[in-house]
Amino acid sequence: MPITRHDVLHVAALARLDLTEDEIARLELQLNDILEAVGKVSELDLSDVPPTSHPLDVVNMFRADEPRPSLPLDDVFANAPERDGDLFRVPPTGETAA
Amino acid sequence: MIDTLRLTAEEAKGLLERREISPRELRAAYRAAIDARDEELHCFLTLVDDDENEGVPIALKDVISTKGVQTTAGSKILEGYVPVFDSTVAARCKAAGLQLLGKTNTDEFAMGSSTENSAFGPTKNPWDPTRVPGGSGGGSASAVSAGLAPWALGSDTGGSIKQPSSLCGNVGLRPTYGTVSRYGIVAFASSLDQVGPVTRTVRDNALLYGIISGRDECDSTTVDVPPVELPDAQDLKGLRVGVPKELNEAEGIEPGVTDAVRRAIDLCNQLGAEVGECELPRAVEYGLACYYLVAPAEASSNLARYDGVRYALREQADDYYELVSRTRDAGFGDEPKRRIMLGTYALSAGYYEAYYGQAQKVRTVIAREFAAAFERFDVLVSPTSPTVAFKLGERTENPLAMYLADVLTIPPNMAGLPGLSIPCGLSEGLPVGLQLIGAQFAENTLFRAAHALERAIGFDTVPERLR
Repeated sequence: MPITRHDVLHVAALARLDLTEDEIARLELQLNDILEAVGKVSELDLSDVPPTSHPLDVVNMFRADEPRPSLPLDDVFANAPERDGDLFRVPPTGETAA
Repeated sequence: MIDTLRLTAEEAKGLLERREISPRELRAAYRAAIDARDEELHCFLTLVDDDENEGVPIALKDVISTKGVQTTAGSKILEGYVPVFDSTVAARCKAAGLQLLGKTNTDEFAMGSSTENSAFGPTKNPWDPTRVPGGSGGGSASAVSAGLAPWALGSDTGGSIKQPSSLCGNVGLRPTYGTVSRYGIVAFASSLDQVGPVTRTVRDNALLYGIISGRDECDSTTVDVPPVELPDAQDLKGLRVGVPKELNEAEGIEPGVTDAVRRAIDLCNQLGAEVGECELPRAVEYGLACYYLVAPAEASSNLARYDGVRYALREQADDYYELVSRTRDAGFGDEPKRRIMLGTYALSAGYYEAYYGQAQKVRTVIAREFAAAFERFDVLVSPTSPTVAFKLGERTENPLAMYLADVLTIPPNMAGLPGLSIPCGLSEGLPVGLQLIGAQFAENTLFRAAHALERAIGFDTVPERLR
């Protein structure tokens, strides 16, 4: 199941990475190598084995449901590239830009 | 004059308590060591003048959020990011009075086995600066080994505490999943990430684990932890030590590594342990493949938050989606991009069951094999890393060769098990690490066994060229 240039571009779009031509070419080769190695997991017949998503046998470790202060807004925006009042400012999306 | 290369954290604590040294004098000694050696080693990304705490100094890996102190995760995308809150582990270090020396270098987003993936340049190994310190926590391991800090914290997803500790001759613990809070840790793969101590002695390791571990209401994966016992056992009587065949005979283990580990296993016998062989056939054969599906898949999701909107780097564009894509391409280095691509592919429509779904089932198989081994044994032993420290640049062009550095640390990590690496000898003049694996929550058993072995091995943790 080799990865093509088309696959790389499709996955890059899903992951929102604006890759350069060099990166696209290199990733096509490297991802094929890596997928060939990790594809090894398909050798095993595990149809009757349940999946593990979490290594501990615990569920629903809730804390007490008590209100407490959240971060002050100035802290929330302290690292923001662009603040507009109480909002993060970004350019419009393609759909609305026109 | 304090010899920071030899002073343990426990001894430093004693000096402070008996007022034989002041907190400022102690900190000054480490700063002098940093001034003398860090230009060559590059362990630290940020140095801190912590005037609020008066206990033993500590260094923290730069994936650990520290209020008011830049936290980069080794990435350009977080350069200049200054957390507005402390991670739970940083808060617990402060509550214990530990003085923050600074933040240590790491492979970008803790993805790597050599620290060469740091966007801010590699860290060097104090035993031989032409070699890597391991990774991703090479900054913490190299700093402790070179006497730039008495102890440090790292984080371990596939081996990022254990493997650099092995390559630098330190004691490194990856604790049981759920024992140490990840609140405020830059997330990589959330079903695997754990924070743990890097030290020069097993007792220091137990002390620091006692400070950082325990349930935290800000991390719902944490649980109550048995009280930490400071080890002082000198023998291994009554301890059942298993030697998993596959972890000890895996392809690529250097002969010098096998020799040092064999000698340590012989010592287990001499110290009164019952030593026997066991098998983990599929855990080792399929562990690496399983990890390189699960971890990138989770990483692709965790790293989606770096969008240039709320914090840190932003590349300008006229369109929102352009801004996000440009920011991510400019801010992430090669390894995070590779893993985001791999993880996104493994989770995408049509491939999910064959890759991520299947890997999660392999994970169950791995956990079952370890559970069976722990019915017969208290501790399993193997090399931590198949090789001693390798040369800078040797594996940077070949991602798969780099991934193999973690082939022995990954299987227990997939099962959420604790693993402790201690130095057990030299090969070609470089440290060899012994990995001790315990059942979940058996940290005290690991400390006890490792302490007795540490005494019997008598390894000198000071790099030969610095003695």
